[in-house]
Amino acid sequence: MTALRNLFSGREVLYFLLLAVLLVVVLPLALDAFRLNLTGKYLTFAFVALGLVLCWGYGGVLSLGQGVFFGLGGYCMAMFLKLEASDMASTARQTTPGIPDFMDWNQVTELPWFWEPFHSLTFTLLAVLVVPAVFAFVIGFAMFKRRVGGVYFAIITQAIATILTILIIGQQGYTGGANGMTDLRTLLGWDIRTDDAKQILYFLCVFLLLLCLVLAHLILRSKFGRILVAMRDREDRVRFSGYDVSGFKIFVFCLAGVFSAIGGAMFTLQVGFMSPSFVGIVPSIEMVIFCAVGGRLSLLGAVYGALIVNLAKTSFSESFPELWLYAMGALFIAVVLAFPNGLAGLYSRYLEPLLDRGWANVRSRAVAVPPAQEKTS
Amino acid sequence: MFADYSAAELTSIFAMQGFAGLSLFSVFVLMALGLAIIFGQMGVINMAHGEFMILGAYVTWLTSGFFSSHLPGLFAAYFPVAILLAFLASALLGGAVEWLLIRHLYKRPLDTLLATWGLSLILQQAYRSIFGAREVGVRMPDWMMGSYAITDMIEVPINGLFVMGISLLTALGVYLLMYRSTWGRKVRAVVQNRPMAGAVGINTQQVDRVTFALGCGIAGIAGSAFTMIGSTGPTAGQLYIVDTFLVVVFGGAQSLLGTIASAFTISQAQSTMEFFLSGSMAKVYTLLVVVGILMVRPQGLFASRIRH
Repeated sequence: MTALRNLFSGREVLYFLLLAVLLVVVLPLALDAFRLNLTGKYLTFAFVALGLVLCWGYGGVLSLGQGVFFGLGGYCMAMFLKLEASDMASTARQTTPGIPDFMDWNQVTELPWFWEPFHSLTFTLLAVLVVPAVFAFVIGFAMFKRRVGGVYFAIITQAIATILTILIIGQQGYTGGANGMTDLRTLLGWDIRTDDAKQILYFLCVFLLLLCLVLAHLILRSKFGRILVAMRDREDRVRFSGYDVSGFKIFVFCLAGVFSAIGGAMFTLQVGFMSPSFVGIVPSIEMVIFCAVGGRLSLLGAVYGALIVNLAKTSFSESFPELWLYAMGALFIAVVLAFPNGLAGLYSRYLEPLLDRGWANVRSRAVAVPPAQEKTS
Repeated sequence: MFADYSAAELTSIFAMQGFAGLSLFSVFVLMALGLAIIFGQMGVINMAHGEFMILGAYVTWLTSGFFSSHLPGLFAAYFPVAILLAFLASALLGGAVEWLLIRHLYKRPLDTLLATWGLSLILQQAYRSIFGAREVGVRMPDWMMGSYAITDMIEVPINGLFVMGISLLTALGVYLLMYRSTWGRKVRAVVQNRPMAGAVGINTQQVDRVTFALGCGIAGIAGSAFTMIGSTGPTAGQLYIVDTFLVVVFGGAQSLLGTIASAFTISQAQSTMEFFLSGSMAKVYTLLVVVGILMVRPQGLFASRIRH
């Protein structure tokens, strides 16, 4: 019990429960099926933001290519669903039946070898986790072992995001091109397009997100988390103390990649398509702003940041599409200049002391009241 | 992939594609020079660099419009005026941005990156509101049209030659300014040791502001040159920003020569491959090779020997 107490402080548990209640009870009751699905879509970006809190906020490694991992996870899932949607019966009118429709349009006559294993769901789920992790490991190993960091790392990850986008768009026959993979229907025969299915997928998404939150929290609370912060603030001292700095960086970068990929896979499942517009530089930098708005040092903040920015984006671009880019630009500048710790920083600086004082008042009154009651009775 | 062509045809193909690459090279050099000054000398990542370039392009477009409606007699000579105006406009905006935004963030390079990205979004939307979302093209004076035939198979367009001339002149100007003038010596002093430079009486803040403005101004010239070979839209700048950063990093951030050499290598590789592969795959291979080399040699081609 004390061990648990060391890992979770009372207040952290309270905030976590508040978020859980909001996501599991309040939102499903308050929103209709369409809005709930939209919220689920926003939450998939919270996975990315969560990864960025670990990697950027605590590790000091800013990756501007998290869209790559989001995309890898999403595409792995989409490949499985697409294969299932392209069975012999529904593709009978194609020149080559049994392959995805976009391949047929692009004169591809047989399924490419790297598509074959995605017939299996087990393989797909493994791929969602392993492919981004391996990819992140290769990038991280090459960069961090040579002590490339900071700005250079940001530029290289950006370049990788660009390369992957151009590759996906250019290789239409294998990837579906700029339209992405659309028309995804069933998961093992279960129709994912119905309202019921979407609701179940939403709860699955929330469950996975909460799981990732707990995992991230445990990691930050461990010795690893301490080293991460030490490394961010004084890298050479940590190195001189005998720690292998690059190993820790590689691990946290891989972890952030895997989180993003889970988000991507959940995105594909809930929204029903995946396209290169979630892979490139622009979406990748947008994902950083979700994390920055929530507060780059706050795990829960990342979730709120992703929800709030996306909600603002949807409602702004519905009513004033012109203003959205101005608002987004201003948000970037404001979050950097005025409140670098985001909403979580504002909360702990202004709101929390107020709440504390209020709470203390309530408590002292609660203590003072019983004797007064005794007197009257 | 070479088997279908005769030797003479191959030579011409390489020459023509080489020249197309040189036009791309010129724009790369101009954009990268500005970035190399800002990033290499100040360590600031300016994600809005492409938008400063587009500002130069729009200024050029406005100037050509003004000349053709008010001073048609002088239309043939509008371009030098346009370049000067483009430089001034971008440099002024750059100075203002440095004062409002960048100077608060010198200690936090990653945050500068995010803030300038925000700036680029705002500028893009501003261009869209002011000039419209459609791409605009500049009407060139007659003497820039047409091409110059070297042999009967090899032709080089005159506007390409002209753009190349501008970039060579600008590169020369930057070299003289950085390595042969008092101001350049101050900039290099600040880069090498900021507190010491301040201690011997250099106004480091002013040096920063002018350096940033100069880099943005050169981006403006790049935009001006860009109108000669392509049309301008509000988001055109974003297409080039990653390439340009790669050019600067690949060349070695603090070396002007390295920047030029890497701009040459990247643009030549890309345009030569473009003839044989599809445009997108040519770009993928080029970028992959560059990223691959950077992973092996992160300091770039021409590393400076300054220790920090």
